[in-house]
Amino acid sequence: MDGFWGVLSSAVGLILGGDAGLLEIIALSLQVTLSAVVIACAIGLPLGALVGTFRFPGRMALIVLLNSLMGLPPVVVGLAVYLMLSAAGPLGPLALLYTPTAMIIAQTIIVAPIVAALTRQVVEDLDAEYAEQFASLGVDGAQRIWVLLWDARFSLLTVALAGFGRAVAEVGAVIIVGGNINHLTRVMTTTIALETSKGNLELAMALGIVLLAIAIVINALVMSVRASAARAAYA
Amino acid sequence: MIRRFFLGLAVLLASAGLASGNDRFIIVQSTTSTQNSGLFDHILPIFEARSGIDVRVVAVGTGQAIRNASNGDGDVLLVHAREAEEAFVAAGHGIARADVMYNDFIIVGPADDPAEVAGLNNVVAALRRIAEGGVIFTSRGDDSGTHKAELKLWQTVGIDPRAFSGRWYRETGAGMGATLNIGIEMGAYVLTDRATWIAFGNKQAHRIVVEGDPRLFNQYGIILVNPERHPNVKADLGQQFVDWVLSAEGQAAIGSYRIGGRQLFFPNAED
Amino acid sequence: MRDMPGAMSRRTTSDRPLLAARGLVFEAGGQRLIDGLDLDVHTGRRLVILGANGAGKSVTLRLLHGLLTPAAGRILWDGRSLDAAARRAQALVFQRPVMLRRSVRANLRFALSTRVLSLAERQVREDDALDRARLTDLADRPARLLSVGEQQRLAVARALACKPRLLLLDEPTASLDPASTLAVEELVCDAQADGVTIVLVTHDAGQARRIGDDAVFLHAGRVAEAGPAADVLERPSSEAARAWLEGRIYLSSIEDRGGRKGGRG
Repeated sequence: MDGFWGVLSSAVGLILGGDAGLLEIIALSLQVTLSAVVIACAIGLPLGALVGTFRFPGRMALIVLLNSLMGLPPVVVGLAVYLMLSAAGPLGPLALLYTPTAMIIAQTIIVAPIVAALTRQVVEDLDAEYAEQFASLGVDGAQRIWVLLWDARFSLLTVALAGFGRAVAEVGAVIIVGGNINHLTRVMTTTIALETSKGNLELAMALGIVLLAIAIVINALVMSVRASAARAAYA
Repeated sequence: MIRRFFLGLAVLLASAGLASGNDRFIIVQSTTSTQNSGLFDHILPIFEARSGIDVRVVAVGTGQAIRNASNGDGDVLLVHAREAEEAFVAAGHGIARADVMYNDFIIVGPADDPAEVAGLNNVVAALRRIAEGGVIFTSRGDDSGTHKAELKLWQTVGIDPRAFSGRWYRETGAGMGATLNIGIEMGAYVLTDRATWIAFGNKQAHRIVVEGDPRLFNQYGIILVNPERHPNVKADLGQQFVDWVLSAEGQAAIGSYRIGGRQLFFPNAED
Repeated sequence: MRDMPGAMSRRTTSDRPLLAARGLVFEAGGQRLIDGLDLDVHTGRRLVILGANGAGKSVTLRLLHGLLTPAAGRILWDGRSLDAAARRAQALVFQRPVMLRRSVRANLRFALSTRVLSLAERQVREDDALDRARLTDLADRPARLLSVGEQQRLAVARALACKPRLLLLDEPTASLDPASTLAVEELVCDAQADGVTIVLVTHDAGQARRIGDDAVFLHAGRVAEAGPAADVLERPSSEAARAWLEGRIYLSSIEDRGGRKGGRG
């Protein structure tokens, strides 16, 4: 057990020490994942709301597909994106491989279905609540979608958080498309993998605790936003 | 409050994409064992200072490095798998192969040495004893340079250990570090390169049991990816790097790398 | 006096009814909830729809508003068919207020955004609605934090802000305390004074007496009785209406056979 406490104190030491290399890695992790979540929400929120609100042929099949894509293995996504961005692949000329942009693309593909599928559920339930009132007022189409999305904003914050959690913790996609290049595409999870492969288990674990601490902080922030919303009976 | 949040997010997004502002860079496909030894951290700053070229190393398994380079996803290939390298050039993916340096492999084993191979400087005899005793041996099993070298040694012994896979011969399909972690846990013998072993942080009670046999030589080769085959390759910058590695200065840099006072890589480029 | 587009006079005699339903039939879940219903809504009048639970009152209201489509029969709005444009000239207040998760003011603004109006006009109507409903002090509170009575006042004011020709209300005060009930009834009567036609579904005979100009008594999906409210309420001619007013439960032969169970009254 003192191995564990040793690791914990290393972790605290790392955090408080403000090591420049560590800060660089944390900053890149957050940049990549937050960017991916924002783009994934830009795609997934309207898509989920659309599917949750309107009826069209093939809707059920689409819902099944979205729910299934929530379980996409990140390493498979990484491989697919690599094949697309490789110099030998269709998007090779864009020279995006081994850049943070490639990592953002891969993580967006992982997160977007999660956001869409969960949004669909949230919006569908809300739409049922407002259906008659909307019919009476004549609210339909794009306006209906925006109104529902805004009304569900606090639940959707949790949805975005779920997407964030998935992305910040994955290593399979970012390591293939990013190449884990020092000072360029090395993030928290790939560093943990690297240090583990070097046998530096304490360092790897300490980094893992740092990653966990970041996730906790972000969750706590969102929780406090939701709490104040509940107080205002918005949620 | 919401507006400020979005402003911050926009800045974040923009800066993420700007990480690679410099256009003078090359991508070198190499192996995890070379990366983990720390060699690149030692020699690359010297090259970057004199040339202004940013060297970005993608460190993956040997097979993946060669495959990536065959796709044109790299400008230079630096691995230690001679036959695969020659096939790479023969297939037109690379211009020419040159010797760079060598390090050596060693066999590490548990402190109690159940196969009684410690001190044997004959790797073939040692492997034979391990096989005949059915003592656990962990292999990378991932088609890497180290793995290929290991299989060549088993060939010399005259045994195909893969027939015993899952019994005393355990194939991890992973990198050197992961394979060492697993092997040490299992109390197994492992063939590893010396550089990785010296730098490895989780040795526990394992130690070197076989070393020094000339058959444990591990030769590295450097190849410029063929710009005619892969037009996106930065041939000029890549050639500068290759030339430097093979030059007196580059070779000296390689030779000067030490861990714990011990030299790991021995430059042997042709003069 | 406010300028109300589409304000109607209070003459009722020779005018075509604003809304006319003929032979309506509606089925759901294998049950026939509306079984040959005829109804007239006269411009500028307050019509109350009465009946026991399950008589088909709420369904009728939704049919008139176009939220449900009848299996048979016609509905004529101003002599023409009931389409989306007709629905825009109506407004429906539900039994429970349906508010967005926004402030009181924002809810009004939202409703007004569904109509084609200038920003200035919207602001005028918004302030006017707050004033009528006496919610100006609560304008920036989250609407869902208001009491049920306040929310229902807001719902009525929101409906009226769209300047409908016809206001439909589905038991709007069923879950309200007397003070709130009075407030809502006042809003309704004021609206009629401004020329809005009212159709109010209620199961409260007292409310019917207070509000109704005309009354219609529904039973088993049909109109059992119709006429001036005073007549229907004081001198009912149908057994169903009489039983209801006296507080008895009346089962017709259809209900006896179990053919009319289910549905909301």
